[in-house]
Amino acid sequence: MALARLLVPPTARRGEAVEVRLLIQHPMETGFRREADGRAVPMNVVNTLVCRYAEREVLRAELGSGVSANPYFAFWIRAESTGDVTVEWVDDAGERGSVKAVLTVP
Amino acid sequence: MKRRGFLRSTGAAIAAAALPASGQSSLLPRRDLAALVAEVTGGATPGRDGIAMEIPSLAENGNSVPLRIRVDSPMTAADHVRAIHVFSERNPRPRIAVFHLGPAAGRAEILTRVRLAVEQKVVVLASLSGGRYRLAEAQVVVTAAACIDEGV
Amino acid sequence: MSRLFLLLALLPSWLLAGEPARPSPTLPGTHFLGDDLRALQADDFANPGMLWVARGEEYWMQPPASGAKACAGCHGPAAESMKGAASRYPRHDPVLGRVVNLDGRIDACNRRHQAGEGFAPNSPMALALGAFVAHQSRGSPMAVSIEGPARATFERGRALFGTRIGQLNLACRHCHDANWGKTLLAEPISQGQPTGWPAYRLDWQSLGSLQRRLRACFSGVRAEPPAYGSDDLVALELFLAWRARGLPVEAPAVRR
Repeated sequence: MALARLLVPPTARRGEAVEVRLLIQHPMETGFRREADGRAVPMNVVNTLVCRYAEREVLRAELGSGVSANPYFAFWIRAESTGDVTVEWVDDAGERGSVKAVLTVP
Repeated sequence: MKRRGFLRSTGAAIAAAALPASGQSSLLPRRDLAALVAEVTGGATPGRDGIAMEIPSLAENGNSVPLRIRVDSPMTAADHVRAIHVFSERNPRPRIAVFHLGPAAGRAEILTRVRLAVEQKVVVLASLSGGRYRLAEAQVVVTAAACIDEGV
Repeated sequence: MSRLFLLLALLPSWLLAGEPARPSPTLPGTHFLGDDLRALQADDFANPGMLWVARGEEYWMQPPASGAKACAGCHGPAAESMKGAASRYPRHDPVLGRVVNLDGRIDACNRRHQAGEGFAPNSPMALALGAFVAHQSRGSPMAVSIEGPARATFERGRALFGTRIGQLNLACRHCHDANWGKTLLAEPISQGQPTGWPAYRLDWQSLGSLQRRLRACFSGVRAEPPAYGSDDLVALELFLAWRARGLPVEAPAVRR
């Protein structure tokens, strides 16, 4: 499974918007690159990414080859209660990945 | 124009033979993004206020250009940003990404890193609740690497 | 007269040999980045090279398929055992009987002590372990030895650095000693200090080794790049590491 890192603040106040940072190891192959022998490397990008928290979908991203390799995102979620922030994604080859972190809302 | 012409003439001997096709400016014509924007807005003209984008005017490398988009919004159930679209004027594919948000996001702000094939305009379009739209655009110059790398 | 000879004998050999002045001030590649990439490199979360460091840490802890001990089984926590290691490579390996870079030493260790087959250049494991181990030396000043058995390799590297190559008929020194800081096709020329390797290079959209970057330099002057692991590349690495002495290791760096 692709390696990924997810960073949430150590704690948050209920109702506060907090920044979440995500980095996924993925080549985001454009389909335009060629190997040394001339073969085109097929397109394979993370095409859909979903972040869930507190039983809600807080972000859904549709991505294309215009997103850099090893994609990085910083986005915001509204802190509600202590719980998992989960990010799941799928790429063009059907490979799925996920990463999660706990957001503590005391 | 003058500088680009200078770069072309002095750089051509070194770079032209080995530049990948996507770097050749003439092969990536400017597209009119109005149609793509209209597809989202249903023809309505987006406003220009309450949306900001931060992207360098000169990208160090087209493979990874930082882009921050911020839309002013209370992000309540009644008044929030539903989606942020990112369009490219000259990449091989016009749609870079769409970020679907909602009140649970708390703040309509995204930072990511994008690929830009050549010098071009980048457009971000926010779709808000209540059928409202906001748009921002920026021009980015993308330079080629100085030393042509044959890969591995 | 004998006192003069005694004095001369006490001087370090490189001084006697009349070393060419290295660039002054001595500046790492990070100095020649724009603000965005410099900030990206400094951000331990967002620096894409850190993904390979994280992968490397997994491999460090994981026993190999052969059933031998994991790296951690002999070396314990890498933050302690590997601290400063990268700053001393390339160095002469007595068992192999030649100078090796850090990747070569990791490869040899895998073959010798883990019943492994080593790691191909640019393979996921080579990059991950290379990044992880080098990262443990972040902040340590480069301090390679060019004495004894390493001397001949160093001299070869030094000679290569000054040799014109390729269709453009340029030597490394023409750009990196004589014209660093100037602009070439809208990019500043660095001094070619190797402190940040392995580095995440945007042009490759991946982490890569110093040898991959050196091969790209050869391509850049339209010369045939030497093969991975070749004597020429190792010699150049040793010379460059010596030339960078005192500069802190900053792996994994971000480069264009």
